[in-house]
Amino acid sequence: MTTLAIVNHCAPYAGQAGQESTDLALAAGSFGQQVSVFFVNDGVFQLIAQQTPEQLQRKHFTKSFGAFEFYDIEHIYVCRTSLEKRGLSVTELAVEVTVLDSTTFNHTLLQHQHIVNMT
Amino acid sequence: MTQFCIIITSSALDADGVYSAYRFAQAVIDKGHKINGVFFYQSGVTLANGYQTFLSDERDMHKLWSEFASQYDIPLQVCVTAANRRGLISEQDAAEQSEPNGFNLSPPFSSVGLGELMVLLEECDRSIQF
Repeated sequence: MTTLAIVNHCAPYAGQAGQESTDLALAAGSFGQQVSVFFVNDGVFQLIAQQTPEQLQRKHFTKSFGAFEFYDIEHIYVCRTSLEKRGLSVTELAVEVTVLDSTTFNHTLLQHQHIVNMT
Repeated sequence: MTQFCIIITSSALDADGVYSAYRFAQAVIDKGHKINGVFFYQSGVTLANGYQTFLSDERDMHKLWSEFASQYDIPLQVCVTAANRRGLISEQDAAEQSEPNGFNLSPPFSSVGLGELMVLLEECDRSIQF
């Protein structure tokens, strides 16, 4: 089985990266890949529970994060430094995540056979 | 021999990814390795636009990639959803949607679903993203 890491770097409604990252994660999960989703830098904003994208006439794609477990996407990793720099706490996030320090985050990423960065 | 999958997500014109990927692909072939496919996603799909027109003394990456892929029989796969969002449409989709302006996504580029990327990733030894 292939291990795939998808790394989110962008805020949720900055362009299409967030939407297309979620599409990729769900597709990979459906095809039986072992998928981990990573959030770093502004990518951590995608995880915030309170979002009102309707005001931007955008689709609330981050709701799909709640469905990741049904697609066998078991690991959601978040960079601790990225959260702290943006004044975010884990309690503000919509789904259960694993928070890692930068070194462990990078180390975990490198355990994957394939890495796709969504920038 | 190593089998590579190339993923292109950077814009065809507003970044240098498609050219770097082209040079990389040439090196892969030169060294006796194989490319099992190139997958275009995000803004990378813009390379597949057949309506791109360049001045005669300008580099045309659509043409270069098309010729290279045909020469070495490398599949050029374009994510249909990402492509449609960016104004690229295949002949079949244009016909089904009665699109009056024709189509701009044609061979050697093929319009595929994300599942095809999963197949490429499973088959290859290494993947690289530009």
